[in-house]
Amino acid sequence: MSRDPVSDAPHVVVEDLVFRRGRKVIFDGLSLTVPRGRVTTVMGPSGTGKTTLLRLIGGQLRPDSGRIWVDGEEVARLSTRRLYALRRRMGMLFQTGALLTDMNVFENVAFPLREHTRLPEELIRNLVLMKLEAVGLRGACDLSPAELSGGMARRVALARAIALDPDMILYDEPFAGLDPITMGQIVTLIQRTNRTLGLTSVLVTHDVVEAMAISDHVVLIAEGRVMDSGTAEEVRAGASAWSQQFLGGHPDGPVPFHYPGPSYRDDLLNEAGNDRG
Amino acid sequence: MVEFLAGLGRSSLRWLAVLGRASAFLFRVLLAQDAVIRRFRLTVAEIYSVGVRSLLIIMVSGLFVGMVLGYQGYITLVNFGAAEALGGVVALSLVRELGPVVTALLFAGRAGSALTAEIGLMKTTEQLSAMEMMAVDPYRRVFAPRFFAGFLSMPLLAALFSAVGVMGGYIVGVGLLGVDGGSYFSQMQAVTDWHEDVLSGVIKSIVFGFVVTWIAVFQGFDAEPTSEGISRATTQTVVVSALAVLGLDFILTGLMFGDL
Amino acid sequence: MKLRYIEVSVGLFVLLGIASLFYLAIQVSNIAEYRDRDTYHVVAYFDHIGGLKVRSPVTVSGVRIGRVAQIAYDPERFQARVTLAIQTGQDYLPADTQASIFTAGLLGEQYIALEPGGEYEMLADGDEVMFTQSALVLENMIGRVLTNISGD
Repeated sequence: MSRDPVSDAPHVVVEDLVFRRGRKVIFDGLSLTVPRGRVTTVMGPSGTGKTTLLRLIGGQLRPDSGRIWVDGEEVARLSTRRLYALRRRMGMLFQTGALLTDMNVFENVAFPLREHTRLPEELIRNLVLMKLEAVGLRGACDLSPAELSGGMARRVALARAIALDPDMILYDEPFAGLDPITMGQIVTLIQRTNRTLGLTSVLVTHDVVEAMAISDHVVLIAEGRVMDSGTAEEVRAGASAWSQQFLGGHPDGPVPFHYPGPSYRDDLLNEAGNDRG
Repeated sequence: MVEFLAGLGRSSLRWLAVLGRASAFLFRVLLAQDAVIRRFRLTVAEIYSVGVRSLLIIMVSGLFVGMVLGYQGYITLVNFGAAEALGGVVALSLVRELGPVVTALLFAGRAGSALTAEIGLMKTTEQLSAMEMMAVDPYRRVFAPRFFAGFLSMPLLAALFSAVGVMGGYIVGVGLLGVDGGSYFSQMQAVTDWHEDVLSGVIKSIVFGFVVTWIAVFQGFDAEPTSEGISRATTQTVVVSALAVLGLDFILTGLMFGDL
Repeated sequence: MKLRYIEVSVGLFVLLGIASLFYLAIQVSNIAEYRDRDTYHVVAYFDHIGGLKVRSPVTVSGVRIGRVAQIAYDPERFQARVTLAIQTGQDYLPADTQASIFTAGLLGEQYIALEPGGEYEMLADGDEVMFTQSALVLENMIGRVLTNISGD
């Protein structure tokens, strides 16, 4: 299984993606590429459909139009068997970890190994312990998911995601709701796994600071389209007013502070007479 | 008036959509039934959680229902001088109707709601999604074993309910009220037909098991991934199962015992 | 061992369920009466069969030796034709046996009682029972009683 971490061919290519949920248009002609072997972060405001993008890449959803290629294969056209074969080479880290609640930590990490390989138990045991050691939770292998803190659950989920030595890991909001220490642990782990395993990492988040610190490639998405993309410095220096507001965390700008409505003066003057249900 | 009709139309369309989803779901679950044998351990664990755990409530209920039947039956029959027929009355009531129906209702309440809550929770915490992304088919691993477990457990539990009920009727009728023990059973055997009564009851409980488990597993699968969604789905399981069981009971009884 | 406990209890549960089914079959229902496989058939004609049903018992001296296999109306003889299925081993019924329809108890189910006659020849498969007594019709009885009362 030779992997050239600095190969030229991108790992994921999204071309003119259009996706609607009900009447709401989530993506309107989105195109981006994910370079191989690097950390790519997809950022945008809440609700832009970042998680949906991961699901489209993983084949859980089908685009309304446009195409998505992973490793040269068009995801939406794959048969179930080939899709499953593709997924075995991907790992996904969910926001809450999504550990299986009827098993303990050890069995959760062993799950992909037991389902997809016929390795003997001692080998599985060693592999699981190795993966847990990599995320620093080997001592917790007998705990149940209910006994883990949020950060620990995410680390176990990461160990599970790398159990089959995938080529790519998708991270869904990995930094959301963590305290500074745990945040630091996750950031380090993402960087370390990416480098030591030569993976492609795709992060989806709106935590600007952490993401910019570890990303090789940044893509900003809003209103269903790519607003800006490039390396962290390129994007930070980018001219778009929207990117400046987003990255700088300014409360007002292209995304207004005030929710649209009648003028303040009219509202106050009308209060006495009108019923504004 | 128009509003009402429009609302009715909308609800009907919504119910049709639910039925359509439920049928597609059932189809996929049935296709995945080979997993029952391949993942035998999983299936056994599910039969435990769905069947064995319901044993206590079913047996206790069966006992009480049988005892009440014995008592009520005696009070009524003794007016006609026909107290010796008690065995037949208790047995027929249980085997034809109360066994399958009451067991199905209790099963929906205990095991059905547990199934719905469990699956709904797995959906809400993205465990089902995670399984899919790990290239594990949730239909094989989660739904099929649970469906089979419910389908198998229901007829067994219904038979148990009836058997325990017959003994309960014996305890009250013969033990407490003085009906002759021999007559109790001989009358029972004279009027209870293996084909017409016992097997019909078994067929009913098989149908109920299929429907209740289908409803329970589907409601969990279809639940909205929030805590209100799960609680609503659990309630729906119990309510819809009860209505379905009672409705099907009417139809099946008509088909089997009458000239519907 | 938690897993062992689960497996054992599931096995016990399934066993218990099947045992209940057996209990219902043997103790509760009349499955024993399905056992007679080998039977021979004789035919009996009645003016009125009352509440006699297919599968009703056929007895001699109160002991069940067979069942009613078929009930049909014969439009040529204007009588009901009842086919009796009698266990093969019970082949001692003389050719002049009488078949009567009685009621078990006051309001019970109706059955056929056979009274053996005195002939040397026995009933065999396909024979007709010559002497029959139809079921008592309640209305006729009441009518007779009323006539008798008014006649006195």
